[in-house]
Amino acid sequence: MHVMRRLRIRSFATFATSLPALSLILISVVLTCIQPANALPAFARKYGLRCSACHESWPMLNYFGQKFKDNGYQLMNDRDAPIWQNPGYWPVTFRITPIWHRVSTGKVLVDTYAAGSTTPTGSAVQRVTTSGFDLSGLDFHTGGTLEKNFSFYVLPSSNNAASFHFETVMARLDNLFGSPWFNLKLGKFELDNLLSEKRILTLTGNGGIYQLYHFTPQGDGNIFGKMGDNQLGVEVMGHSFNDRTRYSAALLSTVDGTPGLPYGSNAYSGYFTASQAFDTGKAGVQRIGGYAFVGLAPTTWLTQTGPSGSTVIPGSGIGNKSFSREGIVGQFYFGQHVDLQVVTQHGSDSAWFGQGYGDFIDGIASGNNTTGTTLPPGSRSPTWNGVLLEPHYVYSPQLIFIGRFETIRMSQQSTPGTPQSFGNISTYTIGYRYNPFMTSRAGFAWHNEYNWLHQDGTGPSLGVNAANINTSELLLGFDFDF
Amino acid sequence: MRTGLRKWSLWLGAAALLALPLASSAQLSTNDLAQKLNTESHIGNLTGHAKDAAMDYRRYCVGCHGELGDGNGENAVWLDPKPRNFQLGIFKCRSTPTSTLPTDTDLFDSIGRGFDRSNMPIWNTLTKQERADLVAWVKHFSPRWANEKSGDPIQIPPEPEVTPERIKAGRDVFARVQCWKCHGVQGMANGPSASTLTDDLGRPILAYNFTEGSRPKCGDTDRDIYKIFMTGLDGTPMPSFADNIKPDEAWDLVFYLRTFMSQHSKEKDIAKQLGLKPVDPNAPVPAASGQQ
Repeated sequence: MHVMRRLRIRSFATFATSLPALSLILISVVLTCIQPANALPAFARKYGLRCSACHESWPMLNYFGQKFKDNGYQLMNDRDAPIWQNPGYWPVTFRITPIWHRVSTGKVLVDTYAAGSTTPTGSAVQRVTTSGFDLSGLDFHTGGTLEKNFSFYVLPSSNNAASFHFETVMARLDNLFGSPWFNLKLGKFELDNLLSEKRILTLTGNGGIYQLYHFTPQGDGNIFGKMGDNQLGVEVMGHSFNDRTRYSAALLSTVDGTPGLPYGSNAYSGYFTASQAFDTGKAGVQRIGGYAFVGLAPTTWLTQTGPSGSTVIPGSGIGNKSFSREGIVGQFYFGQHVDLQVVTQHGSDSAWFGQGYGDFIDGIASGNNTTGTTLPPGSRSPTWNGVLLEPHYVYSPQLIFIGRFETIRMSQQSTPGTPQSFGNISTYTIGYRYNPFMTSRAGFAWHNEYNWLHQDGTGPSLGVNAANINTSELLLGFDFDF
Repeated sequence: MRTGLRKWSLWLGAAALLALPLASSAQLSTNDLAQKLNTESHIGNLTGHAKDAAMDYRRYCVGCHGELGDGNGENAVWLDPKPRNFQLGIFKCRSTPTSTLPTDTDLFDSIGRGFDRSNMPIWNTLTKQERADLVAWVKHFSPRWANEKSGDPIQIPPEPEVTPERIKAGRDVFARVQCWKCHGVQGMANGPSASTLTDDLGRPILAYNFTEGSRPKCGDTDRDIYKIFMTGLDGTPMPSFADNIKPDEAWDLVFYLRTFMSQHSKEKDIAKQLGLKPVDPNAPVPAASGQQ
């Protein structure tokens, strides 16, 4: 599920690009000659449906898949309860992605050495490029129904060194009062983002996430407004019988999904969505909606001085300050082959976050907002605007071409005088996924992708003003699950 | 010599790779079907085109119903009940008399409604146009549509008011046409014939259990239930009773069947007030209305 994060861990292997690249291209040519089929694991095996029934292209959901999810992973055919399954059926799927990738990062600060010297004598800025074979982490998805209208999802997920955490753990009461308008979910879960980052079609370090879902201004100490991260809380969600109308409201602990209540002593946030879809005949179903993520997060921490100095006491955060992210979401279809996914965002953090207060416990914040602390004169709430455009060309259920453009522009810096563009991001991603077979048993995609990301002013200056950084990544791999 | 061998093995390998896609794409029957891609469906103002449904069929349907619409998709072996064989042109849920082809609207409604107690989902997330196109695609599999027209929908009189008398009359119809033989005297699908039922292809099939709370296959409105026993479910042991039950009696039977269902209804309340007992299989068969 969190493949892109694991891919961020880059191998600094030998720079031997030409032969492997040629081999992989040849493999891709051969694979694209192979005829039909496709796959989708645990749910597909249960219901005998191909991956393509629920996924525009695995793992991205189509409208039918979204309805299936909204129904609590139920088809509502009176055969959803596990009692109807073969007792040997166990709803588990694993997913992992072996890849080759080439990562090139601009303006990296490196040590320099004088001739004959073994100790650094200075610093310089240079591009660092590396390539090699690599691995994503491993996800174990298990989900489905415990009984009719009682559903669950548990996802232990590892990084590529097999260090596991719980990405998702939730149970859900479906169709309360016999109505699809009331469903109650409790646990750690993905926020109800129509364009789901957990089902993203891209895998590179920067292209494998929606930047919009994780953005914070440079120097900002708020880690809590990341709507791409799974969160701990409770969610009420409802939808019409055909899923054309949807809403959700979630009350969350402001912990960015970290168990153990490590941050604030009393910090909550809320996530709200609503959307409406329209049948537009030959063009397809068009959906438009909105979201708002608003919350409070701590900036003041109790500390304790011991033999080794002052340490922060976990769970002691107070001095809550506000943050918000809101925007619109559109899913537009232009016939059977072309669609465009759109997300916009206006974000705002309290001036306290903008000045570096916030997550002191992980060392993200630069200061502790203790009694008597004042903001520098003129400090303001940092605000920004962003947009994400993701067009797809679906040649067939087995082959999809993906493009994405995201840009985030600061509209107000927290510190007056800071260049307006400082921290702005623009990123382009293109790629395709080809499923050489399609069944209801397993999924396999041959994945090719290129991502380019540009960020304003965040490189080491070293005499270079407004050091803009360009990073690129080329990735080829086998994305599979069973 | 070694170089020659290596060269040959390379050529053979390349030839095998090229042959793979060619071999797997050789499907003669698919070519036959391609001739019928101009098949249309008409649902209200909508016109569905088979040629526009190919991608949706491949995406949503082919795993069960198969490339050739013969119900032999890769999942068919695991499913019960089996997916419909569209080539036969025989459909359970119709508004038309038994043995006739359904209307396009019947097929359209089936796709949007799905079938409880089967693996056929409710495809109401598809647009109406997509469903109309899929109806045309379903039709293009069977030669029946080339040679026959859809039957005329049966006439359904307006639904009368539910009364205790009608519910009791419905019980008499239930006894007379011996619904209980398959469905049981309390609608629990445990009649004496229930365990022997097979469909037209000889596969075991279950009678509908009115009491378990699932929707009837062909819809859960009173009109839908009326249609089920007045048109029959073709391909199954459920016959049409159009020749045995008068339209007014059919409504009585609908009301009586409602008393079995777990959902709350006016019919259930009335049956409770009446203290209505199940039919007695050993009792004399009640006469049809109008008979002495």
